[in-house]
Formats: sequence, C-alpha cells, structure tokens
Amino acid sequence: MAEITSLREAVGALIRNGDSVAFEGFTHLIPSAAGLEAIRQGKRDLGLIRMTPDLIYDQIIGMGLARSLTFAWGGNPGVGSLHRLREATECGWPRPLVLDERSHADMANAYAAGASGLPFAVFRGHIGDDLPKVNPAIKRVTCPFTGEELAAVPALNPDVAVIHAQRADRKGNVLIWGILGVQKEAVLAARRSIVTVEEIVDELNAPPNACILPSFTVGAVCPVPHGAWPSYAQGYYKRDNRFYKAWDAVSREREVFQAWIERHVLATSDFAEFEASLKAAAKETAHV
Amino acid sequence: MSDPGYDADEIMTVAAARQLKNGMVCFVGIGMPSAAANLARLSHAPDVVLIYESGTIGSKPDLLPLSIGDGELSETALSVVSVPEMFRYWLQGGRIDVGFLGAAQIDRFANINTTVIGDYARPKTRLPGAGGAPEIATSAKEIFVMLRMTPRAFVAQLDFVTSLGHGSGGKSRAKSGARGRGPTRVITDLGILEPDPESHELRLTSLHPGVRLPDAEAACGWKLARAADLAETPAPTAGELAALRDFKSRTAAAGAGRPK
Repeated sequence: MAEITSLREAVGALIRNGDSVAFEGFTHLIPSAAGLEAIRQGKRDLGLIRMTPDLIYDQIIGMGLARSLTFAWGGNPGVGSLHRLREATECGWPRPLVLDERSHADMANAYAAGASGLPFAVFRGHIGDDLPKVNPAIKRVTCPFTGEELAAVPALNPDVAVIHAQRADRKGNVLIWGILGVQKEAVLAARRSIVTVEEIVDELNAPPNACILPSFTVGAVCPVPHGAWPSYAQGYYKRDNRFYKAWDAVSREREVFQAWIERHVLATSDFAEFEASLKAAAKETAHV
Repeated sequence: MSDPGYDADEIMTVAAARQLKNGMVCFVGIGMPSAAANLARLSHAPDVVLIYESGTIGSKPDLLPLSIGDGELSETALSVVSVPEMFRYWLQGGRIDVGFLGAAQIDRFANINTTVIGDYARPKTRLPGAGGAPEIATSAKEIFVMLRMTPRAFVAQLDFVTSLGHGSGGKSRAKSGARGRGPTRVITDLGILEPDPESHELRLTSLHPGVRLPDAEAACGWKLARAADLAETPAPTAGELAALRDFKSRTAAAGAGRPK
C-alpha cells in the first residue's frame, strides 16, 4: 500500500545514489518538485530515464548528479536547446554523460515491456536510421510467423519511477487524466515509485475506465500543490510557457545557472519556498 | 522587387498547409509543421484530423501550441490515449495518412537529421534527438518535411541519419522494410521539392513568387535538380494570410495575458 508522506521523506527513503530513476511526464504533469528535491538532497550518480527530458533533467545534469541519460528527445519544446544537457554532451561539463539514445516508439514499447514483466520489447522501428549504430542495445529479431525483421530493445525497469498526478485518495489510489504519457507504464515497470499529487481527496469519483494507479502499485504519495510547475496539471493550472522561454537565459551560462540553483533550490527547503523565492526575484527585477 | 505583403515564413507555412487535403489523418511534428497543419484546418481542410504524439487525437487548438503536449491540444481533442497506445495502435497500426516533420539537416534523398552536427561521440552541436520521427518516417503512408532552405540544412552528406527518407535512392527504401511512400514533399521558404519517381532524388518542382532559380541552387549543398515543368507557387491568398495571422496573434495575446 502507498504511504502518504512528505516529498522530502519520500525522496530520502526511496531514491538512492546510483539508482536508475525515471522522472516521467510528457509535457503535462512533469514532476518538477520531485526533481528539485532530488537536487536539494544531492542524490548522485543517477541513471536518468525519460522520453522527453526537459528542464528538471537540465537542472539535475547541470548539477553533475547524473551518470547517464536514456532518452529520445532532449530539448526545450518550442524554445530551443537544453543548454546544460548540451554542455554535458558537447564538453563533458560538469561531468561526462553516457547517452543511451532511443526514439519515442522505442522507449514507449520498452516501458510497456517493463510493466508487462517481459524481458524485451518488439516493434517495427529503427529502419534505416543510425541509432542502432551508436546504441548496441537496439537489436533486431525475426518474427517466427512471418519472417519479418523487427526491432528489439531491452525492457525498461527503473529502480524508481517518479510522476505527478492530479489526485489521490486517502488510501493512496492515484487518478490521472489528460495527456497520460508513459506514466502508468513507468510506475508499473519500476521497483519503487513516488507520486506527487495536487491534492488528496476523500473520494476519487472516477469513471470506470479512468487511468488509476491502485495504492498497491505505488510506494509513496506526496501532496505537492503546483508540483508540476512550470509544466501544467489539467484541471488545475496551465503550462507556464513564459518560464520555459525564460529558462533559456538562465541555463545558457554555467555561472548564471549555478547561482539560480543556489538561490532558489539549495537555499530553500521545499517547493513552496522555491516558488516564493522565484516570486521575490521577479519582483526585484521588476523594480530595477 | 516590391513588398509582396507576406514574408518567407508565411509563404512556407501557407504552401505547406495546402499540401494537406481535407479529411487526411495527420501526425503533426512540433514547430512549423504544427502551424501549417493548423492553418490547413482553419482554412481549406476543416476535417483534417490532427494527431500529436503526446496522445491527442483530433485536436482543434484555438491557439498555436508551444509544445506537442500543451493543454490546448488535449482539451480540444476527440480522445487522448497513452503514448504507448499512440505509437502501437495508431502509428504502427497504419492509421496515419501523413506524417509532418521538421528537420535540422536533409540530404538529396530526403533522409533527415535531428540528432547531432559533427561526430556523434564528440558533437559540434548536440540537437534534441529523434523523438517520434524515425518511426513516423517509416510508418505513415507518406511524409511531408518542412524546413528553411540553406546550405547548412540542405547538405550533401548528413552527419547522422535520424529518420529514413529514400535511403540511397532508387529502390533502397522499398527494400528496407519501411512502410509508406516516404517523403513526397519538402516544403521550404524558397520553394517545394519532390522526389523523382525513379531515382527518388529531390527535385525542385515549384519556386515561390519572387524567388529566382539561382537563389534556390545557392541554398542547396548539392547540385539541385529541377522538374522540366518547374512551377511558380501561387501567392498566399488574403484569406490564407488572415487565417494564419489571426491564429498567431491570438496565440501571442494569450501568452502575454497568461497569469503566472
């Protein structure tokens, strides 16, 4: 059964140095608060996994806390590059990052295989592209029935999956709606899991086919209102596209990035203080 | 030359939008393809079905989304499915008429690169990567590619093949096991290119108004072939421009007014 705890306790207890960790989210419901808490606690040597790494991975990688990255698309959507990810791959700063590069179809199937208890995923893909040349984990299998050659990749089974959802009930059953990404598969594929939620309610009142992670599939549920910001939680708040644009300038230079993390993440004790710190900084700028 | 009343990006978007026929099922990439696909929906193709890889089917955004997973896409969708379902049942299942992709680099056979410039292990420029493109390119019935035409983008040799186009030309794609016809149009800010039916090498088939052939040749990193009946792209109509500008100004206004 899921334990309802603070995010600090959950990250402290469930993420260990050296773990493979999937902080999943597909534009929607990105577990930003949990990513920042991992930085605050200095969790290190992480093997990061994510279909679409965005700002929280830029932050973790920029702080030198990741040893590897399994991913398909690493950018700031509609804005440009993730500068910390780029500097790690182009210059090895602050430490070299081992890339395990895939495609979306590849990773989606690999998570589904992980959730299904299968050793590998099979799909029609990686035809004529160069990814298999740089990633030995991408192999081919022959269909025993038709003879067709298909792609095979190992199942993804992270040590820890971390996601954000709209609601949980008091028993820790989790309800997600809107763009679902691969969050359900990631949690079911992982050995341990943390789910941050907008709120804990008495009754989920979900329709029968809703996307539910039953309490027995989840490790910890942590109430963190606004915890997906600057991404969004459908039904609660919109994507803060302005912050995604602003991140480009914060992340471009090492020193500016480090000062931002120092001030807003390391010097604050939780996500509410982090948001207050950003607001205070925005006010200062407005007065200049 | 006098001001034509529109810019190069506008005619590129309009020319790309026109390629989508009403009722087509289109898998939409982010950025310029998304603007073009939505312009088609807001102008001549109201029943085009826009599918985004975040899982949204039949999205009808009122604002141009910044990402492929904006709330605007799911709130206006007919249905939202998980990403594994999207790639398995909808894309791999053969239900997509056209995949609409962007690219950083393209070669003469419309293979595309969005992974790295330079060596993979020591890249000069690390690009975002593949995303959904490799399997979109080999599963949709046909592919439209949209990018600005420059010598840095239209290269003789790709640094990395992220997504298969027509391979090494001729029958190489047909032999690869890929589904679909591959890239059938490349829409740029200077004109439109289409593969030769036999060699599958891209040839210029239409030049936008005011663009001269040497401009396009100079913007291409290989010796650009052209169709015998090279056409001129019809200029954007007042209606097309109004729909595009209205869409963009609504988006800008919403961005400016969005509460923190």
